[in-house]
Amino acid sequence: MDRFIEDKTTKVKVDYEGAEHKVDFNDLKTGGFIKQRQKDLFTVRLRCPGGRMPTDKLVEVSKLAHKYSKKGVVHFSFRQSLEILYVDYREFTPLVKELEAIGMKVASCGPRVRVPTACGGCEYNPNGLTDTQGLARMVDEKFFGTPTHHKFKISFSGCPIDCARTRGMDLGFQGLVEPEWEEPTCTGCTICSEACKEDAIESDPDTGKPIFSPDKCIYCGDCIRACPTGAWRAKRYGHTIRVGGKHGRHPIDAEEVATFVPDEKIPDVIEKTVEWYMAKGIRGERIGTTLARVGVEDLKKALEPVIGEIAAPEKERT
Amino acid sequence: MSEAKTEAAKAASPDISPDISIDLRGTLCPMNFVKTKLELEAMETGQVLEVVLDSGEPIQNVPKSIKEEGHKIVDVKREDDHFRIKVKKC
Ligand code: SF4
Ligand code: SF4
Ligand code: SF4
Repeated sequence: MDRFIEDKTTKVKVDYEGAEHKVDFNDLKTGGFIKQRQKDLFTVRLRCPGGRMPTDKLVEVSKLAHKYSKKGVVHFSFRQSLEILYVDYREFTPLVKELEAIGMKVASCGPRVRVPTACGGCEYNPNGLTDTQGLARMVDEKFFGTPTHHKFKISFSGCPIDCARTRGMDLGFQGLVEPEWEEPTCTGCTICSEACKEDAIESDPDTGKPIFSPDKCIYCGDCIRACPTGAWRAKRYGHTIRVGGKHGRHPIDAEEVATFVPDEKIPDVIEKTVEWYMAKGIRGERIGTTLARVGVEDLKKALEPVIGEIAAPEKERT
Repeated sequence: MSEAKTEAAKAASPDISPDISIDLRGTLCPMNFVKTKLELEAMETGQVLEVVLDSGEPIQNVPKSIKEEGHKIVDVKREDDHFRIKVKKC
């Protein structure tokens, strides 16, 4: 591999369908066509919210990738997009037409809300507490492409295991459940204290019944799943909201701004957060840097009308 | 709630005698669950299977998987470093 030999061309003339067009490779990025170091060749990034695709589409995409990739390869990107590599820019028009015909869209890069990523979630994963896939589809439909000061990445994890790494996102949502214990059905079997990996439940030495330490609880729901009698139940489900994380050369860990925010508030939270970022941030700055400059309290205040009092777990119970 | 109480009382009662008993101490996840499941599949609805499980990972995982499969855990006893659970096939 020639590591440092690159084609630096940024503008070319294209002749398609009898007309002459000028293509600026930098403009193409917004449409999800990324210039490769190899002359005339581009990566075409597809839009797969939550990393899911119906199998019939996948079959058709495979055929197109096989037809248009000069090297016959695709890449599964870290953000769950399928990228067709080594595509000649002269073939963009037919490729996009053929992609459209099978209902596939091209994703985007640049300073805007990106295609959301998500873990498998509660639909088939027994750990999952939220419908991460459904929420990712909602964000893709409602917010994809919204202009921002810099890239804006959103992700959804279904539980505190956080496979979708919400701490490294501009805006991350991580599912959680608040457990509630009911004495009459408890038989004192002690399974819940075994099931809790956080030592938040101890068994009473005499009765075997749980002694709960809410400050150690991470709201994973293992106790609810394990309890044979249903004495532990779900009191409420919600999301922890994390803002301002990123990876890259200088990673930032996201700030937790709220917790136990229900599903139906998510569109408003996204809207308000982007609004705040556009008002307080500056061009070329990730929201994490804006937060560090302006202060997390400022954002929390802006979010208050949306999430209000719900944004805290009830720590006073025993 | 009263119904739940009777269920709890039943679960606590010591006189449920199992139809079959398997000792899965030393069997690792998820083989302990697979063995439990196969045993339950061979049984009649309403029969009771007794399973002995190590504490730690086995007891964290197997009861919850049994519940997810729709069966009922009717009795749990802790004995030193293991658990003796009774499962009613549903
Ligand atoms: S974050 Fe939780 S629900 Fe999502 S894939 Fe990971 S373990 Fe499953
Ligand atoms: S929700 Fe998870 S961390 Fe909290 S008590 Fe239950 S098992 Fe422990
Ligand atoms: S697992 Fe359920 S029945 Fe057993 S001690 Fe805990 S709350 Fe009680």
